[in-house]
Amino acid sequence: MQAAIESLPYLVDGLIMTLVISFLVVSISLVIGVVMGTGLVFGPTWLYWPIRLYSDFIRGIPILVLIFTVYYGLPALGLNLDNFWAAIAALTAFKVGHVIEVFRGAVQSIHHSQTEAAKAIGLTFWQRLAFVILPQAVRRFLPPWINAVADAVKGSALVSLIGVADLMLDIQKVIGRTYEPMPLYILGAIIYFVINYSLSATSRRLETRYSYVRE
Amino acid sequence: MPQPIVEIRNVNKSFGKNIVLRDVSMEIAPGQTVSIIGPSGSGKTTLLRCINLLETYDKGSIKVDGVEVGYRNSGNGSRKPRGEGELAGIRADIGMVFQLFFLFPHLTARQNVMLGLVKVRGKSKSEAGEIAEHWLDRVGLVDKKESLPAELSGGQQQRVGIARAVAMSPKVLLLDEITSALDPELVGEVLLVVKRLAEEGMTMIVVTHEMTFAREVGDRVVFMDGGLILEDGPSDDVLLRPSHERLQGFLSRLNLADILEHGL
Repeated sequence: MQAAIESLPYLVDGLIMTLVISFLVVSISLVIGVVMGTGLVFGPTWLYWPIRLYSDFIRGIPILVLIFTVYYGLPALGLNLDNFWAAIAALTAFKVGHVIEVFRGAVQSIHHSQTEAAKAIGLTFWQRLAFVILPQAVRRFLPPWINAVADAVKGSALVSLIGVADLMLDIQKVIGRTYEPMPLYILGAIIYFVINYSLSATSRRLETRYSYVRE
Repeated sequence: MPQPIVEIRNVNKSFGKNIVLRDVSMEIAPGQTVSIIGPSGSGKTTLLRCINLLETYDKGSIKVDGVEVGYRNSGNGSRKPRGEGELAGIRADIGMVFQLFFLFPHLTARQNVMLGLVKVRGKSKSEAGEIAEHWLDRVGLVDKKESLPAELSGGQQQRVGIARAVAMSPKVLLLDEITSALDPELVGEVLLVVKRLAEEGMTMIVVTHEMTFAREVGDRVVFMDGGLILEDGPSDDVLLRPSHERLQGFLSRLNLADILEHGL
């Protein structure tokens, strides 16, 4: 216990790194995923199939394989990312696949009649999306998306394997000095849990906020 | 007859091998209310949906205020589907009220009516808000303006649906079996609103199963069966003195003579 508390200052940098990585991955993948999801749901066939293939493929490979491929594999193709950006790129590419699917599910859960009603008052495609479909889809998008965000935070621990100094790597460094793995791993588990638990609490708050019937 | 506001000429439509509209033609004068009646599957709802291109039509032409709804003629006589923007502009002038209301569940009654006014008509929020309240008042719901659709009864939701359509000042209003999903005791309040609109000169095409309503509200009744218009004439002629055998059958199945003579 003593060891865990004393080690806290040494974990701060790593914790910040974990949060930075999670934040970047989550925000970039949200933007790209929503754009690709829009293409998947509403786009023409030539757009549908590449996105469909991408999403299925990327979600079907272990994230560690993806991280190693980007970091150790891409330099052979002339693309040399340092370990931080390789980690961001790999995790984002993976997360985009989830965002696409969550977006697709949320949008398709909105009944087609909403589109018809919106057409009937003269809204264009983008207006229908912005003012009718997406505001309703948000409610169904949030819970699975926040799950995906929590996964991203957890998945970010893998980047320590390519030497990114995140929370996980800091924990291992401390263990390397103290030879007391148990308290440190428990501490790490608690920190990850606190982050993710606050995320799911936020999710529940947002769900209530976006429900159509006031409580 | 004045320049018709809606002109339907030889419209054909099929879903695969199933032909739903066969050479349908009709004209509707400004201010006229036309009721379309007929058995399920007769094509009446499809015809209505073709008028604002929620369904495409295969052949023929539908013009609203002189403008072909779905297609643009491209010089050489062939026709091209209209783009998204053009279509939205045309639909803005054609109001539609749906059987199952289809209000936007995330918006209040007032916001439901305002949406088209702000985003399509380009009105300021305050002006749109006033227009919305005016129409909610007209359908008797101004005290429910801040309610979400889920907090309203079916009849109230449908009246918001009417307000949403009428607030856009459409050239023609399409009503698609707007009372079919309502409990019987809620039908009256909705029909009353429609009757007042008819009296004020709103051009309306009404697909309905309510024969008494068709007769009261409509100047004219059209009977469709099997994708064909079989009768088209003044309400009383069509409903009280049906000449076509199939219409006679349809009406007697509805026991209409009784209802018309003795009331409900």
